[in-house]
Amino acid sequence: MSDSTTITIEIDGKSIQVKPGTMLMDIADDNDIFIPRFCYHKKLSVAANCRMCLVEVEKAPKPLPACATPVADGMKVFTKSPLAIAAQKATMEFLLINHPLDCPICDQGGECELQDVAMGYGGDVSQYDEGKRVVNDKDIGPLIETEMTRCIHCTRCVRFGIEIAGLQELGATGRGENMRIGTYIESALESEMSGNVIDLCPVGALTAKPSRYTARAWELTHHDSIAPHDCVGSNIHVHTFRGLANRVVPKNNESINECWLSDRDRFSYQGLLSNHRLRDPMIKVDGEWQETDWNTALEKVRDTIADTKENSGSDQMGFLVSPSATLEEMLLLKKLANGLDVSNIDHRLRQVDFSHQNQQPKFMSLGLPIEALDTIDAMLLVGSNPGKEQPIIAHRLRKAAKNGAEISLINHRDYSLSMPLHCQLTESYTGLVSLLAEVAQSLPGFNATSLPQEAKALFDKAEPGEDSRRIADSLNNKKISAVVIGNQAINSPCYSLIEVFARALAEQTDSTFGYLTEGANSTGACFAGIAPNRKLGGEIEDRSANTTTMLSEPRNLYILHNVEPEYDFADPVVAVETMIKSDCVVCLTPFISDDMKIYADILLPIAPFVETSGSYINIQGKIQSFKGNTPVENTQARPAWKIMRVLGNLLHIDGFEQLSSADVLQEFESELSAIKADNQANITEVCVLDSVDSKLLRSSQVNMYRVDNITRRATALQKTPAGQEDAVHINSNTAAKYNLNNASRVRVKQNSTAVGMPLKIDNSVADNSVWIAAATNVTKKLGPMFGVIELEVD
Amino acid sequence: MANLRDGLEKKTLTTLVSSKAIGRIDKWIDKYPLEQKKSAVMAALRIAQEENQGYLTTELMNAVAQYLGMPNIAVYEVATFYSMYEHKPIGKYQICVCNSISCMLNESEELFHYLQERLGVKPGEVTQDGRFSIKEVECLGACTGAPMVMIGKEYYENLTHEKMDKILESLN
Repeated sequence: MSDSTTITIEIDGKSIQVKPGTMLMDIADDNDIFIPRFCYHKKLSVAANCRMCLVEVEKAPKPLPACATPVADGMKVFTKSPLAIAAQKATMEFLLINHPLDCPICDQGGECELQDVAMGYGGDVSQYDEGKRVVNDKDIGPLIETEMTRCIHCTRCVRFGIEIAGLQELGATGRGENMRIGTYIESALESEMSGNVIDLCPVGALTAKPSRYTARAWELTHHDSIAPHDCVGSNIHVHTFRGLANRVVPKNNESINECWLSDRDRFSYQGLLSNHRLRDPMIKVDGEWQETDWNTALEKVRDTIADTKENSGSDQMGFLVSPSATLEEMLLLKKLANGLDVSNIDHRLRQVDFSHQNQQPKFMSLGLPIEALDTIDAMLLVGSNPGKEQPIIAHRLRKAAKNGAEISLINHRDYSLSMPLHCQLTESYTGLVSLLAEVAQSLPGFNATSLPQEAKALFDKAEPGEDSRRIADSLNNKKISAVVIGNQAINSPCYSLIEVFARALAEQTDSTFGYLTEGANSTGACFAGIAPNRKLGGEIEDRSANTTTMLSEPRNLYILHNVEPEYDFADPVVAVETMIKSDCVVCLTPFISDDMKIYADILLPIAPFVETSGSYINIQGKIQSFKGNTPVENTQARPAWKIMRVLGNLLHIDGFEQLSSADVLQEFESELSAIKADNQANITEVCVLDSVDSKLLRSSQVNMYRVDNITRRATALQKTPAGQEDAVHINSNTAAKYNLNNASRVRVKQNSTAVGMPLKIDNSVADNSVWIAAATNVTKKLGPMFGVIELEVD
Repeated sequence: MANLRDGLEKKTLTTLVSSKAIGRIDKWIDKYPLEQKKSAVMAALRIAQEENQGYLTTELMNAVAQYLGMPNIAVYEVATFYSMYEHKPIGKYQICVCNSISCMLNESEELFHYLQERLGVKPGEVTQDGRFSIKEVECLGACTGAPMVMIGKEYYENLTHEKMDKILESLN
């Protein structure tokens, strides 16, 4: 630091070089000088309303709040002088006037900022003997418990809503003594990041509802882990109480989740405590389920595998793997498959268009670090709703949008991302490709010669509107730009066409191309070769097999790893039927369900997230390992990598001598460190668009709280408005066209399936499109996520 | 849990208030830069309140929020902060009794109690005929005439019980 850009100030006699304009509080924090505070938070705007951080500044007539006082040259600050301490003590006395003395029954007790600061600055006796204010609580949903009498009006939660979540739901209503923090109208918070107000609240006014009254802060043991529900890989602390996960809080990682966490990552741990946990290995004998021991179960699996290989051939075996399985599990499964000469292995369970699978990049990634999203200037997101799919990505984009970035969306439905959007275009899933062609068409000098024929035809037909032009201009003119395709693009029947256009747009506007993928470890699955056309290490070979071909003709033996066919596939009905038709289905699963009892034949209990060690590769290509933390209570569940090791040994396959999950990775150390997330690919093979003119088309998104077997069992998340989403959404034009304006329920028909569902007129949905969430208890009885659909009044 | 927010039918401001009122609100919006039209929230609430017999409903506040492109809660914050916004039906004549220092020294408290007794209503209640309601308010800047009340937009100063009676009788 040169002297011209810095000034010198003195805090408590210590001379410090600082940048002019910095706030005193930040400097004190950087230099480990403690100043008490409540309303100040480094990620939020300065409110300066709690007055706890008053300090003495030389020549200032009265104490100044450190959080809102910019430094000046030669400033002398005293944080512990008699004047400063007196001011802090006086503030503390005022804050405690209305605060109840209910620490013994308060969940925040023991980790309470008010308690801590009161120890240092509070008096032992209050001079105040009048009545305290009491605030009636309002129910703000199943995730957050309120005890608003304890509130000290720091407004961190209000500022969080405005500045971070982008959705102001909490506010300070009333004035003076009658001021209170709340929603005013009783309603559940809808932000997918709402749980962060629990961490922000310096007192016990907002606490976690699911873990309320279950444990004291000092009884919890603290473990580091990685959140397993999206491709971001948020860093978390799991707090366990007597061996069981009691709550999850964010672990600060500025390059990934900062100090935030999505509600899904925070509250999903409840699924681990579900009474659907599979306790013992089980086998079906003459249609009856029997509990058994590991030896019997594993020998049975070995015999079945050996038998199938011997009598029906390796092609009669299929491995279907969750995209959220750990890298170690995936590597061992691939080794097992290789050892058995099985190429039928896949993690792309909800994907249906595999036309370009042999031309895709070695690793699918975002193409840029998650952190870099903050400073992006323009982005086009296609088939993606990051708000529900990767809330931390949405948060990063919100930050960028607030700084003027132009975020555009092309989707099947208008998604509110709680941020200012540049443009939002919607179309049914086939129309969506035409929208991309329009954007390409409006790009000056777009070179269409490299497009595959199918895409070229769409390009030639395209008649761009004003909005497509705006999107093209924004990508073309902005310095740092990106085109990213999300989960819904990947699951679309037009995936390859979408990717071709998205890549062409990115290439010709000098933008980065990237993916947002399903599950926590899709990139890891590419590396481990969990696809018929990928080798161990990610290398692609020319193969046409995929999940769909694996299901279209039932195989004799399926090994399902952490997968529930009734929810985790594009077409749950077909998936379950195939499993039932198969001779033998082996499920490696932490949970047992009624559906599973019907299609499965052998159940092996595995230790889920928190209980097993492993690693995930997140969407920016970063490998994050975590330890197996909690011992599993009264279950025989074992880490899946150990089960696979034993199976490998039982089948006499080489390379299964690992003693720990770290050993599994070690073998691939050099390959892993060479992972390049560059997304380079040249795509020429694309799907052929079916003629679906004038038909109603279903598009969908996996319900955000039903993405995997753990979240589906997280009870509080299921009770949120988002968790209960189960309606058919169509816009008013479509409703009028099909005479459904006055219907409240409809019968939905898809292929050979039909279910009754509530109808919601929702103008966010594109014309001629029907939007139905996937993976719910109703839609598991319905056809594929995308496809032709019929509606009639129920 | 039941989400009360869903239960409320969403009505736009244009269907809830007269076109004249919309015109007045638009005039206020015009006074601020386009991207800061929420600055017109206080005026919009006041005008909406006038159109609804002097009090605001959640429906009206939501409509104002939508009209100005604000979160609902931000409108509730403003509407509950300022005492001139009413959230319950008021009488045709709302008598606002000043409680601040000059009036208090001149027995405004007594006057306040007298009014309650005479009209048979407590603060926040409306007389059965719907004519009167009373409210305690902070200083209205007429300390020279303490004790004082405000009824509608009129100030009445140097009040005694007799004077108050006459005023009440004169209001029809």
